[in-house]
Amino acid sequence: MDRVTEYLAMGGYAGFIWPAYGLAAVVLAVLFVASRRRLTAAAAELAAVEAVERSPSGEA
Amino acid sequence: MNRFAAILGRDLRLAVRQGVDSLMVVAFFVLAVVLFPFGVGPEPGVLARIAPGVIWVAALLAAMLSLERLFQADHEDGSLELMALEPVALESVVLAKVAAHWLTTGLPLIVAAPLLAILLNLPVEGFAVLLLALLLGTPTLSLIGAVGAALILGARRGGVLLSLLVLPLFIPVLIFGAAAVEASLGGFPARPHLLILAALLLAALPLCTWAAAGALRQGLE
Amino acid sequence: MAPSSSLHRFANPARFLRLAAVVQPWAAGLTIAALIAGLYLGLIASPGDYQQGETVRIMYIHVPSAWMALFCYTNMALASAVALIWRHPLADVIAKATAPIGACFTFLALVTGSLWGKPMWGTWWVWDARLTSVLILFFLYLGYMALYNAFDDATRGARAAAVLALVGVVNVPIIKFSVDWWNTLHQPASVVKLDGPAIHPSMLWPLLLMALAFTTYYVWVLLLRVRAELIGRRVRAIRLRQTQVR
Repeated sequence: MDRVTEYLAMGGYAGFIWPAYGLAAVVLAVLFVASRRRLTAAAAELAAVEAVERSPSGEA
Repeated sequence: MNRFAAILGRDLRLAVRQGVDSLMVVAFFVLAVVLFPFGVGPEPGVLARIAPGVIWVAALLAAMLSLERLFQADHEDGSLELMALEPVALESVVLAKVAAHWLTTGLPLIVAAPLLAILLNLPVEGFAVLLLALLLGTPTLSLIGAVGAALILGARRGGVLLSLLVLPLFIPVLIFGAAAVEASLGGFPARPHLLILAALLLAALPLCTWAAAGALRQGLE
Repeated sequence: MAPSSSLHRFANPARFLRLAAVVQPWAAGLTIAALIAGLYLGLIASPGDYQQGETVRIMYIHVPSAWMALFCYTNMALASAVALIWRHPLADVIAKATAPIGACFTFLALVTGSLWGKPMWGTWWVWDARLTSVLILFFLYLGYMALYNAFDDATRGARAAAVLALVGVVNVPIIKFSVDWWNTLHQPASVVKLDGPAIHPSMLWPLLLMALAFTTYYVWVLLLRVRAELIGRRVRAIRLRQTQVR
């Protein structure tokens, strides 16, 4: 347990190192999730639009 | 060259006839600087210390005020498209416009600068360098601004967008312009800073003219 | 009907999508593998620096982020040039998709640099050439994205933003050489040097692995965004056709 706390303390610099890693993780994860959401949303929209095109009346 | 003179003359005549724009820019410049003694306190030593930077920042902001209109009026009434169709290069149109912008805003700012330097208690040794730095720096501002003005033609909320695009690019001019004055006040040679300002101007002259003309061509297609 | 005809060219960029389908899983796998290895070496299996102590671990995020900030900008500018000169529609999409990724990396480089600067230099921020020019880079990314979306005509926004990206290229060499030109607090390059890296292997490996992870992350997210954009344009093209038919 002591070794874990000592490790997490990072020689007294925990307040600088962990926020740096944490922020990087958050920013990159948010960007990734947002980008993937965009793709799924666009794909869903395309499916809807193509369904309209295929239906004989031209309406959904 | 004829076309250059014609556009320059027309823009200058328009500016003189309206007269308001130049005055507004100078008024803004003076007001922005005058706010500082109220903000940081009227202590002469403090004001003299920040004077070069304050005058330069106010000059940047004032120069930016009139940039939005640089090509806009000609774009709206279609004369810009006519100019692009003429056999003259669009670059010379841009240069004429930039020259007109500098003569109607940059030059009045330089004329007003000594007054502000006195108000801010700038030591007299710095006056000549301040004017020289402004003389070398403000044309660069007009040139860089022309690129931004050409890019935002027809954009929504063009004014705010213009400041976002142009102000970061103004930073080098600001750094060396203010540093020149500070150097002369501290007893150091201002020459290196002034030479860099001159180099920035010489680099901006072809690059910004070309980029602004390119941006106009893209916008007019 | 200029806008619709240019949109129709996007209608089926099948070749690119096939390529993306092959590359994306590799990019994803490499990102995760390099990230795990880099984090293990960087956070657990490497010693602290004899001068900087444990804070040197911030480098494994800070330096790759800064590299990526420049790499993304260079990519964006190159793609913009291709889009302007050859009117290649895919280049425009790549430039547009790169901007937010580059902005994120620039933001990370600035903030992690600040977190590193506080214990090392005793201040969160210094107005030196390197930091200022990276801050300008951040504003260029923001300006690019704002300009891209500021027009009712999407093509006009794309072209204006592309010109801005090219104008901003002057900033890239300034960032790269600012540390050599002005002697500042910021330390000079220690990895990319003619006579080999001036950095111990135990620190070089996590650094390179994190850089690899960030690069493949960029490819991964770029492909996601480009695919989304292409599908979005296809949707718009179909919608336009439907309204014209009616």
